[in-house]
Amino acid sequence: MKSYVAQRLAVALLTLLGMSLVIFLLLRLAPGDIVDILFSAAGYVDPQDKKAIMQELGMNRPYWVQYLEWIRGIVTGDLGKSYRYELPTWQLIRPLLPVTLELAALAIVIAVLLGVPTGVVSAIRQDSGLDYVLRVLSLAGLSMPSFWLAMVIILSLVAWFDWIPPMTYVGPSQNLRLHLLQFLLPALAVGYRSSALIMRITRSALLEVLREDYIRTARAKGQTPGLVVWRHALKNAMLPVVTVIGIEFAFMIGGLVVTETVFNLPGVARFLVQAIQWRDYPMVQNLVMFISIVVILSNLAVDLLYGVLDPRVRYGH
Amino acid sequence: MAISTVATAPELAAPRRPATAGRTLWRFVRKKPLGAAGALIMLVIIVTAVFANLVATHDPLATNAAHTLARPSAEYWLGTDNLGRDIYSRIVHGARVSLIVGLASTLLGSALGGVIGLLSGYAGGKVDLATQRVLDILQGLPLLVLALVMSAALGPSISNVVIAISVPIIPRAARVVRSSVLSIREMQYVEAARGLGLSHLRIAFRHVLPNTVGPFIVLCTAQLGSAILVEAALSFLGLGVPEPYPSWGRMLSISAAEYAHKAPHLVMFPGLAISLAVFGSNLLGDALRDTLDPRLRGA
Repeated sequence: MKSYVAQRLAVALLTLLGMSLVIFLLLRLAPGDIVDILFSAAGYVDPQDKKAIMQELGMNRPYWVQYLEWIRGIVTGDLGKSYRYELPTWQLIRPLLPVTLELAALAIVIAVLLGVPTGVVSAIRQDSGLDYVLRVLSLAGLSMPSFWLAMVIILSLVAWFDWIPPMTYVGPSQNLRLHLLQFLLPALAVGYRSSALIMRITRSALLEVLREDYIRTARAKGQTPGLVVWRHALKNAMLPVVTVIGIEFAFMIGGLVVTETVFNLPGVARFLVQAIQWRDYPMVQNLVMFISIVVILSNLAVDLLYGVLDPRVRYGH
Repeated sequence: MAISTVATAPELAAPRRPATAGRTLWRFVRKKPLGAAGALIMLVIIVTAVFANLVATHDPLATNAAHTLARPSAEYWLGTDNLGRDIYSRIVHGARVSLIVGLASTLLGSALGGVIGLLSGYAGGKVDLATQRVLDILQGLPLLVLALVMSAALGPSISNVVIAISVPIIPRAARVVRSSVLSIREMQYVEAARGLGLSHLRIAFRHVLPNTVGPFIVLCTAQLGSAILVEAALSFLGLGVPEPYPSWGRMLSISAAEYAHKAPHLVMFPGLAISLAVFGSNLLGDALRDTLDPRLRGA
């Protein structure tokens, strides 16, 4: 088990390194840089001034020097300065992290609470009217853009309660109830989509397990149907479900990009869009890197959970 | 495209073609009512996109200061936006953009990914291992984030949006094709082809590739929905299809949110159009998966 963990960690680190290279190069492909954007307002660019700023920001050095410097910074904890704000990147990113992580965590909890039970019900009542309704509902969830769902939620709140959630961020220490309400709505919009995926996987995994011999044995022993499903079948059906939960958690951050924008929440995702528009390379690099780390970590967690859920995996690879 | 594929499946390509095709279609409708509904939705959207000029009632770009934010009426079926443009006509023309971007990026990404998966799976060994690691890197980045960075890097234009959306599809397509290549590679007829002294490239493209068509079509339909969603999100953020093309995503963007309280139809209808298109392709994709690739049933 130990060597398995070590091996997984090594692969994860290599993948992260590869991702950093991809991100770095992609950004350098972009036409225009922050200097152009800063000067476009002024209309005229003095080449001398432009050179001075490039020099100051360290943008005139060869790419490989810039890249190595960035990687060294990540290792030593010095993430460099934002071009736009002229503040250390870490100082800008740190307050964003709890917002995004809280939102993603809430959304995944909602997704699991909605997705697993409906998936179980749908599997037990396979091909019934209820199964059809649940499947169509989940497919509908997969089809709606989550940012649109978020807008519709806001609109219906206005229509029915004449109330909208505060459009400025409310900290948990300021007003806990309002804070939770403010987070619950976007989490619901994003979580519904993920719940659809979790429901489908739960349903199909459970259907497969329910056909196995040991389930028939359990039934033959006279165990109640509920016990058969919840204790015998679900545990083995959970493997693919856990995978999807892990993947969804990682990908949720992507979905949050737009939802955070709609609800005006100061999170990583919304900031990323602004940083991209400003060609603020240090910010974009580090924000995408943060997202990649979350993705890698949740994949790793899924891999390790496999070992716990399914003893066979431990001795496999 | 989808239905004709079902109809030309080898065992159904009997001499009496027209009757068989009709009967196959009918059987598909009866056995997969949801899939048929999806196909119908897609057909309606495709027809709308192709004949947008006939279906639309107004010029989608014409502004009208006298009728801004009008409610849905006999004149403006779905109302007008903040510039007085007819929302119905914009949605009709937007179908073109969404479909073109969705189809083009899905095909481009799936084709590139398919070839990579084919060669990597067929070659096996170190080549395969290295390719898989590179694909891991691409797949590790959330689809939307990668598309976002890509489209910012390439600059706003329709073809760049297509490229930006297709790149995240590559690793997904490569995985699917590779996994079916791995099993096909071991089949006896491939061994026979090798025994005949055919070149590797010829075996890979002529003998292995055609047998991955089932999973490939399934993958394409599944990716079409997410490509349409990503296009909507990119356009919503102002990084997608540029003006003046009417795009469903951009119709929902910040300016629409500003007027949402006064005119909720500004938000409702474009979103419904996106959802319907994605819903249709998801329904169709599910049914095709069950029909063409029984191994993936319910996955």
